[in-house]
Amino acid sequence: MLEYFQILGQEVYKILFLLVPILVSVAMIVWLDRRVWGLVQKRKGPNVVGPFGLFQTIADALKYIFKEIIIPASANKTVFILAPIVTMTLALVAWAVIPMSEEIVLSDINVGILYLFAVSSLGVYGIIMGGWASNSKYPFLGAIRSAAQMVSYEVSIGIIIINVLLCVGSLNLKDIVLAQKELWYVIPLFPMFVIFFISALAETNRPPFDLPEAEAELVAGYQTEYSGMMYAMFWLGEYANILLMCAMGSILFLGGWLPILDIYPINLIPAPIWMILKILFLFILFALIKAIVPRYRYDQLMRLGWKIFLPFSLIYLVLTASFLFYFEKLPSGNL
Amino acid sequence: MIAHTIFFYFFSIIAIFSSLMVITSRNTVNSVFFLILDFISVGCLFIMVGAEFLGMIILIVYVGAVAVLFLFVVMMLNVAEQKQSWFIGKKSTHIPAGLIVSVLIFLELLVVVGGWKQKDDLMSSTTLVISNISNTHQLGLVMYTDYILYFQLAGIILLLSMIGAILLTFRKRIGVKKQSYIKQISRDPLSSVELKEVKSNDGVKIDD
Repeated sequence: MLEYFQILGQEVYKILFLLVPILVSVAMIVWLDRRVWGLVQKRKGPNVVGPFGLFQTIADALKYIFKEIIIPASANKTVFILAPIVTMTLALVAWAVIPMSEEIVLSDINVGILYLFAVSSLGVYGIIMGGWASNSKYPFLGAIRSAAQMVSYEVSIGIIIINVLLCVGSLNLKDIVLAQKELWYVIPLFPMFVIFFISALAETNRPPFDLPEAEAELVAGYQTEYSGMMYAMFWLGEYANILLMCAMGSILFLGGWLPILDIYPINLIPAPIWMILKILFLFILFALIKAIVPRYRYDQLMRLGWKIFLPFSLIYLVLTASFLFYFEKLPSGNL
Repeated sequence: MIAHTIFFYFFSIIAIFSSLMVITSRNTVNSVFFLILDFISVGCLFIMVGAEFLGMIILIVYVGAVAVLFLFVVMMLNVAEQKQSWFIGKKSTHIPAGLIVSVLIFLELLVVVGGWKQKDDLMSSTTLVISNISNTHQLGLVMYTDYILYFQLAGIILLLSMIGAILLTFRKRIGVKKQSYIKQISRDPLSSVELKEVKSNDGVKIDD
């Protein structure tokens, strides 16, 4: 029993060492997002608080903490309070399986990629719960839009993941990265990478697919009735999810912690730095797209997901499978 | 082992409690939330006995997709009003049909539970330890060889039900303006734009 508690204590210590950097980097990433957005539009972006405005997010968070939390009179109180907590928790829980290098990973489970997929598909509950519990029109409409959008794009993300898994032969995230030692999957599966990236935009409700919070139509979507720290939790959860999608993209396609070229001066850079650089690269793409692309119409969004991405990724799946079969490259895994 | 037992009872108590709450709670949306909790705890139980793939699939399919649709339907329909008309109205045919179905399910459950033998050692019987290959591999090995027929049959049943659902709800609406992307892209300026010379004080007639 005592041993058990000791293990528990160690795990808590490890979890803290995972969560604190993630929360800090979420704060920094919000700053980066606004900064990139500003630079694209020839503004300066946040540059007042701290060096280069780095502490802007922390100032914002402090403001949110001291604001009053308003719960609408006709809201379903329990679900209303639970919704942001669910969003935030699910966004953070998924990081448990993300490997930063061959050794640095909190839990190295066999079905890592399925776990990631499951947690990201649970993310829709925070939004539905928030929208329904607010008991108001705009949040409800926003929640329904968002849920439909996330469920549809999950399907194509699932098939893209199957594409990668066919080449790897394992559901373990470490194996997925190590299988890319010779060639990153972004090269043979480039169309899948593009579709994954666009689906990730839709999955995280980022522009140009930010219809759930299309402010011209729905005020702020499912977050309309939220204030203070509860709003901030939605917001942090959203950005943690975006970071997670970037991490997923870099693991599936960009070779995770592997260096670009495995030659002398380049492979001296430690593995976690490579991982962080790849995540940052994908995130900057996310931020650029937010700045330069106008919003989709809702029916166009659904059409893109179901009529274009889904058939295309299915066809590509068949092609990948036949290619691997014909050239006898099918992975045997641990068999 | 103690930790294992603690977690097993933790998840099973949550599963039983939430399934009770599904049928007893007054608010239908709350019942769906409890159903989701039930799915999650059952998924955790699967993971605990070593069936990690099944546990994750339960989370993805049931919680991530099926329960979302449940929630949609329950939120959109005004179930409280429906209930009134179902059970109080004169021509209520739902109660006998519902009774027949529930009695059948109950009998089936009796048959299943009656023929159930409990194993002494749960772990050794549930975790297939053939060799050091993973759970997912083992599942794939049997599913696509010994059980391929059942697997395909299940797929065909699902496909049929999907086609059926689409057929039931499909209706062709007349007079709805639809955007045709191909038409829009393949328009060419020569046939759609026309230059007209407009005489002063005379105007021009545009045919529309």
